[in-house]
Parts: sequence; structure tokens; C-alpha cells
Amino acid sequence: MNHIFFFYFAAVIAGTSVLVVALRNPVYSALALLIMFFHVAGLYVTLHAEFLAAVQIVVYAGAILVLYLFVVMLLSIRSEERYHNQLPVAGLLGVTLCTEVLLLLIQSRTAPSAPGRSVEAAAETGNTEMIGEALYSTYLFPFEVASLILLVAMIGAIILAKKDIIETTE
Amino acid sequence: MSISLQDLLAILPELIVIGAACLVLALDPILETAKKDLLAWLTLGALAMCIGVTSSQMTGHTYAFSNMVILDAYAAFWKLLLYLVTGLTVLLSLAYLKAERLRIGEYYGFILLALAGMMVMVSGADLLTIYLGTELMSLSLYVMAGLKRTEARSLEASAKYFVLGAFSSGILLYGISLLYGLAGSTSLSVIAEAITMQGTSNPILSLALVLLAVGFGFKLAVVPFHMWTPDVYQGSPTSVTAFMAVASKAASFGAFLRVFVEGLGAASADWSVLFTIICLATLALGNLVAIVQTSIKRMLAYSSIAHAGYALIGVVVAGGHRGDGAGGGFASVLLYIAIYSFMTLGAFALIGMLRKEGQESENIEDYAGLAKREPLAAFFMLVFLVSLAGIPPTAGFIGKFYIFMAAVNGGMTWLAVVAVVFAAISAFYYLRIVMVMYMREPEGTVASQSRLETSPALSFVLACALAGVVLLGLFPNGLWSLATHAAPLLK
Repeated sequence: MNHIFFFYFAAVIAGTSVLVVALRNPVYSALALLIMFFHVAGLYVTLHAEFLAAVQIVVYAGAILVLYLFVVMLLSIRSEERYHNQLPVAGLLGVTLCTEVLLLLIQSRTAPSAPGRSVEAAAETGNTEMIGEALYSTYLFPFEVASLILLVAMIGAIILAKKDIIETTE
Repeated sequence: MSISLQDLLAILPELIVIGAACLVLALDPILETAKKDLLAWLTLGALAMCIGVTSSQMTGHTYAFSNMVILDAYAAFWKLLLYLVTGLTVLLSLAYLKAERLRIGEYYGFILLALAGMMVMVSGADLLTIYLGTELMSLSLYVMAGLKRTEARSLEASAKYFVLGAFSSGILLYGISLLYGLAGSTSLSVIAEAITMQGTSNPILSLALVLLAVGFGFKLAVVPFHMWTPDVYQGSPTSVTAFMAVASKAASFGAFLRVFVEGLGAASADWSVLFTIICLATLALGNLVAIVQTSIKRMLAYSSIAHAGYALIGVVVAGGHRGDGAGGGFASVLLYIAIYSFMTLGAFALIGMLRKEGQESENIEDYAGLAKREPLAAFFMLVFLVSLAGIPPTAGFIGKFYIFMAAVNGGMTWLAVVAVVFAAISAFYYLRIVMVMYMREPEGTVASQSRLETSPALSFVLACALAGVVLLGLFPNGLWSLATHAAPLLK
């Protein structure tokens, strides 16, 4: 059963990834990317990483993709201008990444596992609970500081975008 | 989940600052325009409370929030310096914002939030908290740099600072993630243990060292990561420039030393070589490029780069020597930054308020004949510049003296000699302004000449800065013993 799901998600991810670069209309590309994000999230679910799956959808599909679409619409890029002879660079990067993946696959049996709590423990309590527990106990202080950062970003954006800051009547 | 009272007491200063920031942000829309000064006084009140709390935390060595926060003399030293600097900046802003007609209540909220970030930075015992503190500080500063929105330069400064700052944060995170992979934790003490156990030959460790050095190099504005400094310092509102040049640099030095001493202390032989190169490049470029500047804000930006170079000498010397000698090197860094804060803040306070026809006089030419028009202002500027050049009996001399002594004691006399040569070069561009002020005749009509717009708050800031520069120059022992007490130890 697991294998069927894996191959379905993997095939759609590979297919839509190709579509992202192959489609000529940038908006279609973005939509293909959206489908890809959802299937990556599905892959995470099959790995019992429910939290990661939710984050994948909220952050990538929800926030980053919308940002892409905004940029595409703001710049109104015409489809024929999209490729500036990127083939050599893309080829080089692709070959490097493929070698990396191959190396990882070969070494994966001997590589040490990451420190911290084991996978079994996470499967027992559910990883969302564990992440929440860690965030609100061990990492409570950094978590709250991060919330302040978001506050600053929000107010800062409002201040910089707001009109008539400078007083004209004296 | 459990928060103990001790944990909350440990971060009481941070809580006060954040609470005051929220109060300022909430009160701002309610208050009438004429009463907005109240926000500044509220800020000052919060700072005064923090000084009291932190003074009581000077001794001891306690961790809070599962080893995320540390309370020790080192953190308290930086925090006290930051309160002082922030308080003076707020007073300076009181006058400056009025002169610029920038009446934004959020301004004080952002100063407080930036301060909260700096406090998290200097008392972080974990790379995670240190990084988040850095981000909190930087994000607040990006906004503050762009507050003069009618001026393209201010917006340019904000955008440049934001892009380069985000870039440097990325590099910093890269270094942190490599260290996490190496040690299995972001806690500085665990990282130190892991490095001691595994040795320093690991190439990943070297890469992480370099990445962290680059990331902090951006925040400290040392060569070759200084590119943003002149434009940002020049474009930002001058009160913000003063805050960036002083408080953000002090906090960055605090976090930087904490990471490299307590976390990466075992690899000090490696990083002290790296910082020797950065230090020499910073001294050379900062001092030489400052000579050709025509804008005094840009000149002071390059001067602040050069001063970071002098402070790095102490780091380099201490890194090469363990034990007591190392303590002397770090203590001289702490002393140097404290002294640098007073003279730089004083100089920027004067620059912000010397105005002609409602505009800041930013060109060095505007200072021609200042001694005849504004003898007192010219005298204050003279003292700050002489101190920046490091001429006795001012505090600037004491700061350089302790740094050079540490270098000589640490067996790096050649570095001290090089630094003295550059200090002599720096005297040229500082004293050039003194010469312009005292020797040259003013140009143009009386109405078009720059004058100091005085106010009680500004006078107080200048008096404090002058007192700091003169008194620390004559009686440095108190601050020196505080610095030696607070300096971190290389184990």
C-alpha cells in the first residue's frame, strides 16, 4: 500500500516539476508548482511527518507561491523572455545535484543517525505533539523572541508603507 | 511546560523593555501630537528600571530557560552599556526628531525592540537565541534607517541594509547549522565540549568558523564586509546612525566574543589567524578611505570601521594566548568599545544638530569657522575628535593604550606598531576637521552658515558624552576593573 502511494506521489512530483520549467505561461508554471507542493506534503504524510506536511502546505503553497504569483503579475513577464541561455548553468547544477544524491544513496547505510530523540519515540507520541512540547518547554524563550521578530516585521512594514508620516502643519 | 519564577526574574530587564515597547506602540495613536514627548520619557523610565535590575545581576553565573539564557558579569556589562547608550540616543532623538519634523511615536518603540534584541544577543547562551536576538535588532534597525521617507537616501540606506543584512544572516545561519551538525546541539557549552573532544582538524569546523566570522563580520562592519556601512550611516537619520554605530556595534561585539570564546574557544588558534587578517585589512582600509571623504557622516562611518579594527586587535591577541593574558585582551576590547561609544555618540549628536536653513550640515566645508560662530560647539567637537584620534588626556587614548599594551604583553608587538601607524594616519583626518573649524574663515552670508540648534535634552547628551570622554580619560581604573571582572575567559 505504502509503495503505491510513494510511486504515485513521486511520479506526480517529477511530472509537475518538469511542467514548471516546460510550460510557457508563468502562471501555469506557478500552478504546476502548487500541485507539486501538495504532493510533496503527501510524501511527508506517508513518512509520518504530519507536522512537516502541514508546514509544507501552509508555508510553501500558502505563502511562497502567492508571493511568486504576485511577482509574476506585478512584472507581467512575457513568456518568451523567460530563458536567458540558462542551459549551461542549469546543466552544471543538475549534474552536481545528481552526483550528490547518488553519493548520499551510497553512503546512507553507513552514515551516523542524527542526534536527539529517536524516530520511534516520535512515532509513539506523534511528532506534532513532540514539536509543540519542545517549543513550549525547552525552546520557549527563542519561540517568544521569534514572535517579537514577527511583530517588528509587521509594524515596520506598516510604518514604511503608511502615508503622511511627516507633519506638515506646524 | 513549566516556567519558574527564577527564569522570569532572570529576564526581567528584557521583559521591562519589551513591555515598555508595547506600551509605547499602544499609546502612540491615543496621545495627541503635542504630548508625544511623553513616549520618550516612558522609554527613559523603563531604561532606568533596567539599570537597577541589571546592576543587581552583576555577580553570579546562572542559566535560565533550559540553558538558553545566561546571566553573568559579561552580559551585565554589555547590558549596562546598552542602556546608557540607548538612553542618550532617546534624548538625542527628542531634539533631532523635532528638528527633522519626524514625529513618529513608533520610533521609540523600535528603539526599545532593537534594544531587546541586543540584550537577547549578549545574554544568549545558545546560538539559537543569539541568532534570533540579532534578527530582532537588525529588523528594527532596517525600519529605523528608512524613517526619513521623503529622502531617497534614507530609503536607499534602509533597502541596502536590509538586503545585505538578510544575506549576512543567511551566512550566519549556515555556519550555525554546520556547528549543529558537528555537535548535535546549538548550545555554546555543548559545542565547546564537542570541539574539545573531536579536535579542531575537522574541515567542517573550519568552514563553520569562516561562515560565522563572515556573518558577524557584516554586523561588526569590518573589512571586507563593510560595504554597507558608509551608505547606511550617511542615509539614515543621524540619531539612528548614532544608535547603529554605537549600540548595534557594542551588542554585535558582545555576541561575537561570546560565541567565539565560549563556544569556539578550543579553536582559538584557528580563528585568531583569521581575525589577524581581517583586523589588518580593517585598519588599513578604514583609516585610508576616511581621509578622502567630504561628508562628515561618511568619514565617521569609515572611522567606526577603523575602530572595530582596533578592537579586533584585543580579540586576536587574546585568541593567541590562554589564561590571564587572554583575559587582558578581552578586557581591553570591552573597555575600548565602551569608550568608543561615548565619543562616537557625542560626535553624531553634534552633527545631527548642526544645521543651516533647516538642513543638517553634513559637508566638512560647513564646519568652516565654526569656532567663531559657536565656540562651545566647536570645543565639544574638538574634544570628541581628539579622543577619536586617541590623543591624551582623552578616553580615546586610554582605550588604544590598553589595546596596545595587551598586544605587547601578548607578544604581538608588530601588530601594535602597525596599529600605531594607522592611528597616526587617522589623526590626519580627525584633526583636519578641527583645523577647518578653528583656522578657516566661514564662507557665505551669516544666514547660510550652520548653527547648533540647542535644546536641554541635547545639552544633556553632549554633557554626558563629554564627561564620559574626559573622566574616563583621567580616571580609567573604575571602568578597567569592571571590564577585567566582566571579560570572558578562554578555557
